[in-house]
Amino acid sequence: MKVTINGKRCETPAGKTILQAAQANGIYIPTLCYLEKIGALAKCRACAVEVKGNPNLLTACNTPVTEGMEIFTDSDRAVAAQRYVVDLALSSGNHDCMICEKSGDCELQDAAYFLKFEDKDFRRGNYPTDIDDSSPFIRVDHNRCIMCGRCVEACNRIVVNGVIKIINRGFDSRIGFDCDDPMGESSCVQCGECTQVCPVGALTNKKSIGKARVWEVEKVRTTCPYCGVGCQQELHVKNGRIVKVTSAEDGSPNKGRLCVKGRYGYDFIYSEDRLTTPLIREKKGEFREASWDEALDLVAKKFKDIIKKHGPDAIAGVSCARSNNEDSYQMQKLFRSVLKTNNIDHCART
Amino acid sequence: MTNWEPILLANVNRPNSEKIETYMRYGGYEALRKALKMTPDQVTAEVKLSELRGRGGAGFPTGVKWGFMPKDAPVKYLAVNTDEGEPGTFKDRLIVERDPHTILEGVIIAAYAIGAHRAFVYIRGEFFLGVKRWIKAISDAYQKGFLGKNILGSGFDLDVSVHRGAGAYICGEETAMIESLEGKRGVPRKKPPFPAQKGLLGQPTIVQNCETLANVPHIILRGGRWYASIGTEKSRGMKIFCVSGNVNSPGNFELPLGTPLKEIIYEHAGGVRRGRDIKAIIPGGSSTPFLTAEKINTPMGFETLQAAGSALGTGAIIVMDETTDMVEVVRHVTRFYVHESCGYCFPCRIGGKRMLSSLEKLAGGKGSMRDIEDLEYVAKGMYGRTFCPLGTGMAEPVLSALRLFRPEFEKKTTKN
Repeated sequence: MKVTINGKRCETPAGKTILQAAQANGIYIPTLCYLEKIGALAKCRACAVEVKGNPNLLTACNTPVTEGMEIFTDSDRAVAAQRYVVDLALSSGNHDCMICEKSGDCELQDAAYFLKFEDKDFRRGNYPTDIDDSSPFIRVDHNRCIMCGRCVEACNRIVVNGVIKIINRGFDSRIGFDCDDPMGESSCVQCGECTQVCPVGALTNKKSIGKARVWEVEKVRTTCPYCGVGCQQELHVKNGRIVKVTSAEDGSPNKGRLCVKGRYGYDFIYSEDRLTTPLIREKKGEFREASWDEALDLVAKKFKDIIKKHGPDAIAGVSCARSNNEDSYQMQKLFRSVLKTNNIDHCART
Repeated sequence: MTNWEPILLANVNRPNSEKIETYMRYGGYEALRKALKMTPDQVTAEVKLSELRGRGGAGFPTGVKWGFMPKDAPVKYLAVNTDEGEPGTFKDRLIVERDPHTILEGVIIAAYAIGAHRAFVYIRGEFFLGVKRWIKAISDAYQKGFLGKNILGSGFDLDVSVHRGAGAYICGEETAMIESLEGKRGVPRKKPPFPAQKGLLGQPTIVQNCETLANVPHIILRGGRWYASIGTEKSRGMKIFCVSGNVNSPGNFELPLGTPLKEIIYEHAGGVRRGRDIKAIIPGGSSTPFLTAEKINTPMGFETLQAAGSALGTGAIIVMDETTDMVEVVRHVTRFYVHESCGYCFPCRIGGKRMLSSLEKLAGGKGSMRDIEDLEYVAKGMYGRTFCPLGTGMAEPVLSALRLFRPEFEKKTTKN
């Protein structure tokens, strides 16, 4: 399908919205509530564009393209409408980028910068700090919230935890947890999906606060070590230390989701108590460090001794939930065909 | 004075007007008997012929709306909007409380025309008496065989139930009303799909104001051509005008559309109190723009009011005399909309609050020219840019007041 955006001819598949067509062609339209995995909410009204032949401004996020459509994202009217929304959003909360965790990665900041906002252009909001710090991993700053509704959709539709909802009405509306309980006392399971979708600094990862600016970190793509599902995640690394973990939106099987362990349980790798070599218990009951070869030889020898003395059914294997399907298969193969016992199970069942 | 025999309010002043016996004594449910002998398409055609337009505010042609209903859909619904919330409007309340059967008969005929076997009445929660009367009316209608299975031997089935709102103006918007009926938060839906394609519980739904439906029995009984003979070219039929404000006898007056504003105020509503002059008139509920006294000869019709710079809306006329403080009026109206904004879209949620803070400063004598500028900037930006019409309805009175009464706003500012 052929359309022109700001005079530039663009090809786009049918069924796409104006916003998708523009993004695919490298044209930025300010958005505050749109997120591909959530779909068009059309709440923020910032993505105003002008289309030739239509007297009204249209929201790019939910208007499908039609053949030959002439779209203007940078006309005076469109820009005025985009600025209007960003101005309102800026005036309705404490948007103090200097001390905000999200600075550099904030969609409101991006939109304001793109639209060349200067201080005199908008009325600064002045609201008392309203922070909910009751949750162990997530900080909620209500006065940085722009009420885009993404976290509500994500909590209810993507991870289906149904914790976040909108409380009150109109200007007084705000996100709430269960029956407007503090987040830490609600049924929230701390999966952190809401922090992943929040466009501003309203929902942030508590453990990462003050650790690193977004431009200082290197993102390392990896597979979560916790279980066999194999979620794809991004480690945010500064000076060789993980400062934050987010999920990879494009990776299967999790498609952007993580659980509390995957997202927040990364401290163990820096633990002093962590085992780094195999340990063999001496007669006196004390451990000594050993090599893998020595340790595995010892295990094999003990297995053989037990089988000789009591038969193969005296041995049982419990496979670890962190191992993937292939490893679990190998484990049962080892037990059934080599050790000749059917005593094999998985820790998720025991 | 135009003397018209009322049709919608014909029964309201009779003793025991809400009872089914009273309604039937004066020809009630005759239209239903007639409609059930016609085909559904003939009923829709008759309503189309009458050129009846919706009385809830938007003025959409009723017959055309019914025609949008997909013929082959297995499940269809009719939802009756009795969530009357527009400030200055009190017409639905009167009919619901005093003559619920006139609406119910319209509901059954409309359901028959569109092929719905389930109708829901969404009624404003504060209409305590109205709710009682609706429930009684429905149970009486079941007993007389006007509702339920095989109505009057026609083979047509219909069940009607009542759902009380919980006090939100936005639930008068049809898609927010549907959300609320489904038990969800009252927030408007994205259109399209329109309710006639995908409405209540995902099924094709027609949402109709109850005054609109009260007209239907009369159209069926006397014919669409008769109905279309009343009123002006684009505004046919009778309309209940709710007159309030600085008039001697406020109240509901049923008159043909196109009756001049002057006649309604001076002849029906007894003129302005203490013989004062009129400063401003809201012709169709508080979300329609103000008119000044010069526009007093405007006929009350959809197209004529639009030409005069306002809208017919719900037909709620609020009269303000020369002593009225317009800044205070606008502040008051805006406060209502800010309170009723659902908070879904940014312009309405934040813009409303920002307008109100400017207006409060101005009304309190602490405003400056910058507040007037900001008020105008916010209202202009909001106009036509919100998710549903509430935001535009909030901007309309502000913009029209600034256009017509700007010196009053300027007079309120402090120096510097």
